[in-house]
Amino acid sequence: MAEFVYLYRGGEPRPASPEAQQQIMQKWMVWMQSLAEKGHLIERGQPLERSGKIVHGKGLTITDGPFAEAKDVIGGFTLVKADTVAQAAELAKGCPILERGGDVEVRPVMRM
Amino acid sequence: MSEDIPSELDHLFRHESGRIVATVARIFGLHNLALAEDVVQDAFSRALEVWKIRGVPDNPAAWLMTAARNRALDALRRERTVRTFAPELDQLFRSEWTAAPALAEEFGAARIKDDMLRMMFSCCNPALGEPARLAVILNILCGFTAAEISAAFLSPQSAVEKRLARAKKALAQTPGLLDVGDAAQFDARLPTVLSALYLLFNEGYHGASSRAAIRGELCREAMRLADLLLEHGRGRVPAALALAALMAFNAARLPARLSAGGELVALVDQDRAAWDQGLIARGFALLEASACGTQISEYHVEAAIASVHAEAGALKDTDWRKIVALYDLLLTLKPSPVVALNRAIAVAQAHGPERGLQELGALKVPESFEHYPFYQAALGELTLRCGRPAKARLHFQAAQANARNPMERQFLAERAKACELAAPFRSA
Repeated sequence: MAEFVYLYRGGEPRPASPEAQQQIMQKWMVWMQSLAEKGHLIERGQPLERSGKIVHGKGLTITDGPFAEAKDVIGGFTLVKADTVAQAAELAKGCPILERGGDVEVRPVMRM
Repeated sequence: MSEDIPSELDHLFRHESGRIVATVARIFGLHNLALAEDVVQDAFSRALEVWKIRGVPDNPAAWLMTAARNRALDALRRERTVRTFAPELDQLFRSEWTAAPALAEEFGAARIKDDMLRMMFSCCNPALGEPARLAVILNILCGFTAAEISAAFLSPQSAVEKRLARAKKALAQTPGLLDVGDAAQFDARLPTVLSALYLLFNEGYHGASSRAAIRGELCREAMRLADLLLEHGRGRVPAALALAALMAFNAARLPARLSAGGELVALVDQDRAAWDQGLIARGFALLEASACGTQISEYHVEAAIASVHAEAGALKDTDWRKIVALYDLLLTLKPSPVVALNRAIAVAQAHGPERGLQELGALKVPESFEHYPFYQAALGELTLRCGRPAKARLHFQAAQANARNPMERQFLAERAKACELAAPFRSA
C-alpha cells in the first residue's frame, strides 16, 4: 500500500444554524470512521487556520498571507493509505466537503 | 441523520449554543447580545473545523465553552475601546492585566450555572408579544435560525426576521439578564415563562408545520426548558410541575399521532401500544408532585385530563364523565371557546352525540370561532354520529375550507368523504 495526503480545499461557507453545523460534523465523523474501519486512515491530520504568514526569498521579508481566493485555501489535511492513487481518489468521493463546494486534492507521498 | 451517531451528540450544538450565548451575553451585557452571538458562532465554526478532522473531543461541551471564552477574549480586546460591557465587569475588561482572569472567572462552572435560566426569563419579557417571546426563545436558547422558526410556525421568514430583530432590540434595552436569585423578580416573571413554554409545546403538538420532525423538536425543546426550570429550586412550583406533567402525557402520544404517511391520527384512532410508557410514568410522577400547595392551575387540570386518557388502555375504558368534570373545572379557570368545544366533545362521549350537539348548540361562540376548523369538525362528527351524514358532510366541508395547513385539510377532506360511508366518531 502507498501513502497519500488529502488536502481539503475551500468550500464550507459558515453554516446557518447550530443544527446545520452539527449535521455537517456528523457527516465528517461517519466518513472518517469509514476510512478507519477499512484500514485506510494513517493519521487524521490537522485543520489549518485560513491565514498566516509567508516568508519571502532573499530579503527574508515576512508578509501576511496566503491571499488566495477562499476556494483555494487549504483548510486541513489527512494522511491515508491505499493501493493506488485511483483508489485513494475514489475513497475521497465520500468526503462531505464535496457537498459544500470544496475539493479534495489527493497527492501521493513521494517515495524513492 | 445517520444512525451511526453517538446519541450523546444528539442536538449538542443546538443545546450548547443556547447555554453559551446566555453566558457570553451575561458577561458582555445584554446590550451586546449581537456581539455575544457572533462570538459563539465563531467558536462553533472553529469546533466544526477542528472536530471534523480531529474527531469529537471527550468533553465536547467543555471544549465549546473554552473556545467561546477564547473568542470572547479576542472580541473584548478588539471592541473594548468602542463598547462598554456588563457594568460590574467593564472596569476589569479595560485593562489587559485583569481582562483574561476576570473572563476566566466569569466562565467558571459556578458562575454559569443559572445563565440559561436567566436568559429564558429575560426572553419572557412582558414588553414583547407572545410570538416574539417564542421566537427569541427558539433563536437564542434553542439555536433555531429564522428559517427554522419560519418553517416551524409557517410564517414568512421575513416576518420572523423582523420579529426577532425587534425583540432583540427590546432585550438590548433591558439592564441585563434577569436575576433569578431575586425572589420578587422571579415570581413575577414565572407565569409568563410557564405560558411561553406551554405555547411552545403546543406549537409542536398542534401546530402548523407539516414536518413531523420539526414538531417533535419543538415539543422536546419545550420539555428541556421546563426541566431546566424544575432544576432550579424556585422554579419547582406546583404549576410548573403540572405543566411538565402535561407535556410528558402529551409527548407520550406523539409517536402515535402521525401515521406513517405523515397524516394526523385522531386520539380515538391512535394505536395505544405506541404510546411511550416511560413518559406516561413520568407524567404521573410529576402530576403527583404537583398536587401540593393551595392553588390549582389550568396546567393541573389539563394534565389531569391528559392523565385520564393515558390510563385508559383502550378507548372504551376512558372515563369520559371524569373528563367532563375536569373540563367544567377548566372552564372556570380558563373560560375559552376551545375549552368549551372540547368539553362538548367529551359530553358526547359520555352521554351520546345528541347531548354533545346540544352542548355545542348552547355555546355562545364568537363569530371568529365559526371559522375555527375544529368547531365545524366537531359539529360534523356529532351530526354524523346522530345518523345525519349529509348534514355532517357540509360541516366537514366548511371546516376544510378553514383548514390552517395541508395536514388538517387532508384530515378534514377524509372525514367529509367518510360521511358517505357513515364512519364512527373521531376527534382530532
